[in-house]
Amino acid sequence: MKRHSKAFWPLLIAALVFYAIVQGLIMTDMLGAYHTNTLIFIAINIILAVSLHLVIGITGQFSIGHAGFMAVGAYLSAIVTMKFDLPFVVAIIVGGLVAALAGLIVGIPSLRLRGDYLAIATLGFAEIIRIIFLNIDYVGGAAGMQVSKMTDWTYTFFFMLITILVIVNFTRSRHGIAALSIREDEIASDAMGINTTYYKVVAFVIGAFFAGVAGALFSHNFYIVLPSQFGFLKSVDILILVVLGGLGSLSGAIISAIFLTLVSTFLQDYPETRMIIYSLVLIIVMLYRPQGLMGTKEITDYFRGWTSKGGKDNGKDTIT
Amino acid sequence: MTMLAVKDIDVYYGNIQALKGVTVTVEEGEIVTLIGANGAGKSTLLKTLSGLLKPKSGSIEFLGNSIAGKPAQGIVKSGISHVPEGRRVFANLTVEENLELGAFLRKDKKGIEADMKKVYDTFPRLLERRKQMSGTLSGGEQQMLAMGRAIMAKPKLLLLDEPSMGLAPLMVKTIFEVVKDINEQGTTILLVEQNANMALSVASRGYVIETGKVVLSGSADELQSSEEVRKAYLGGH
Amino acid sequence: MEIIQQILNGISVGSIYALIALGYTMVYGIIKLINFAHGDVFMLGAFIGFYAITQFQMNFFVALIFSMAITALIGVLIERIAYKRLRNATRIAALITAIGVSLLIEYGFIYIRGAQPEAYPDVFGRQSVSLFGATIDMKAVLILSVSVILMLLLQFIVHKTKTGKAMRAVSHDTEAAKLMGINVDNTISATFAIGSALAGAAGVIFGLYYTKIDPLMGVIPGLKAFVAAVLGGIGIIPGAMVGGLILGLVETFVSAIGFSLWRDAAAFIILILILIFRPSGIFGKNSREKV
Repeated sequence: MKRHSKAFWPLLIAALVFYAIVQGLIMTDMLGAYHTNTLIFIAINIILAVSLHLVIGITGQFSIGHAGFMAVGAYLSAIVTMKFDLPFVVAIIVGGLVAALAGLIVGIPSLRLRGDYLAIATLGFAEIIRIIFLNIDYVGGAAGMQVSKMTDWTYTFFFMLITILVIVNFTRSRHGIAALSIREDEIASDAMGINTTYYKVVAFVIGAFFAGVAGALFSHNFYIVLPSQFGFLKSVDILILVVLGGLGSLSGAIISAIFLTLVSTFLQDYPETRMIIYSLVLIIVMLYRPQGLMGTKEITDYFRGWTSKGGKDNGKDTIT
Repeated sequence: MTMLAVKDIDVYYGNIQALKGVTVTVEEGEIVTLIGANGAGKSTLLKTLSGLLKPKSGSIEFLGNSIAGKPAQGIVKSGISHVPEGRRVFANLTVEENLELGAFLRKDKKGIEADMKKVYDTFPRLLERRKQMSGTLSGGEQQMLAMGRAIMAKPKLLLLDEPSMGLAPLMVKTIFEVVKDINEQGTTILLVEQNANMALSVASRGYVIETGKVVLSGSADELQSSEEVRKAYLGGH
Repeated sequence: MEIIQQILNGISVGSIYALIALGYTMVYGIIKLINFAHGDVFMLGAFIGFYAITQFQMNFFVALIFSMAITALIGVLIERIAYKRLRNATRIAALITAIGVSLLIEYGFIYIRGAQPEAYPDVFGRQSVSLFGATIDMKAVLILSVSVILMLLLQFIVHKTKTGKAMRAVSHDTEAAKLMGINVDNTISATFAIGSALAGAAGVIFGLYYTKIDPLMGVIPGLKAFVAAVLGGIGIIPGAMVGGLILGLVETFVSAIGFSLWRDAAAFIILILILIFRPSGIFGKNSREKV
């Protein structure tokens, strides 16, 4: 079942080494606040991209309301740290859990819908969530809520790692295979006795959980949390990561999260240019490569092809 | 005079070849029928003739002009009308509006009016229901409407796809009488039918199509007496 | 007589939604695309009207027609450039493209002229009439009359003209429409032209009513108009009109009873409820998605 088990340990070790190097650079002040922040942004966007990838790329349920779950995590975690003075880790987990609950509430009714109708329903839910926060005085309404900066590289990195591990494992489990079959042909899956609604809701809830985690990290990175940070445009920001990377490719989502975060950091002072580029990316990808840059392929697929062509391995790998 | 000459056409749905080197001719004034099992390629041939599908190779000449690969609207204009399988009437439009759309490319208002009257004379049922949404008609009435709609284009060649499908025997008889009638008034007809008995009784010639190929052709009498045809399509003994 | 005024306000807002919703519903009916950029065509209509009145000193009605003509052209261009290639794509690919087009119009427009809002010229002043003891703003009367005229005109086009019949035929069965000799591409373009012109008109009267316009003004009314289209039954023209009016009235009512901050949520709650309980809308036949 575990297709990429060979690559798993080397990749995990490489990730931890990368973490340690960055952490070392931060501690020795060799990496400034600006670059650290960019890395944190990249990691948060990877969490968002990977969690939406689970919903869109794996189960094929088109959600354009991911920012709504992110908002739930952002606000709930802020309440936990700011109003109850509890530790940040607790806040992140509470944020994720309440977002997951929101995912359940949204998912059960709307996942009966398909395609563009589902997309619009998720958009509607995300707007309702935003308007609810806008109207709650306890969290500051339109003026927002003060939040202390607690997000750092360590928190972000490890939650990113957990997100990736959980979603990779889910994808390879029986659950994941059932979910994949829904993406390929929902009606046939139904006919084969797969409880499509159950798997769709599970994927949706897990996706919402990690969107909530990302929201928690996001709000504690900024000093303030505002309803306007989680509008439709934020959902589009997340959507584009999955669309560009490939609908169905986890590594594609990660790569495009890294790439597009860098692009938007460079274009920070030119928000219109950034949006124009984003919109052109959406249009051009859909017109010329609707499956996204990587389609459903993973980066390790390319790597495997490369090594076997290069003749460096003993040939065992090519059989798997 | 040859009205339609289809020569050696290949047609594909994606990667699947639906017609393999089909050659069919229709002379002016004839009723020619295509018989064959479900999925043999009869409807594909009609769709190719009316421009809904494009042949990959081969030629189609209508009245001496090549029409292979031309868009559907150009083909309608040149004088071919296609009554598709399953009637495909515009359910959200009234009977009369459906007939008007049949004459979509015509500009002669008086001629259109006269032809509409003719259609109503042929199918009095349609006159009774002219203001009704065509989705509310019975299957037989929808078939009448689909044929009437095609006639409104004043075609020289009428392509009829399974006009008897799903109809009661009495209605089938009526429809086939009208087919003969339309033909006698000067319209050439290419008829696709699963009901081979009925088809051969009105046609002068026929082609048998199996898995995308013409396997047999001849006059209606020849086909009716052919052992193979009787076994396979006429339920013969 | 507060209530009459509120109802009239609701109808005014509702008829703006209805005008935009018509374009959504017609386009969805014919190519099954949620044209996300439709709200932005509405925005462009408002700006074209604004420039026509302030820069070219056009009379309000001339500006209205001018704006409709240009937005019709814009609608056709959007369809030909971006959507035409997507005829055989999945609905999701089409939806993402439409979101892209929407953002491109918004931010392209901001890039060109900046994000600052404009104050719409007050061409009619503060005239009002008295009716059953209620003071009625002349603008509301004007909006209502323009909307009614345009909707009647639309009904005429759709039911009595050849183009309208072709539009209905294509939306029901594209292939059969081709067999009638109907040029499907031109019919789709005509649908975009008419829908966009209605959105353009809605933009101009929106400017007149709310007096402030900006490049992102199309987002929320666009979404709400889509809700109105779904509410009435997407693809159904009278449905869009009724849906728009209902939505306008509900919103005005929610504001009137003191929940103005919740007003925007009302539309989305309606959307969710209708999608879950009656996805085919008020006027649609209830059928589950076919296999």
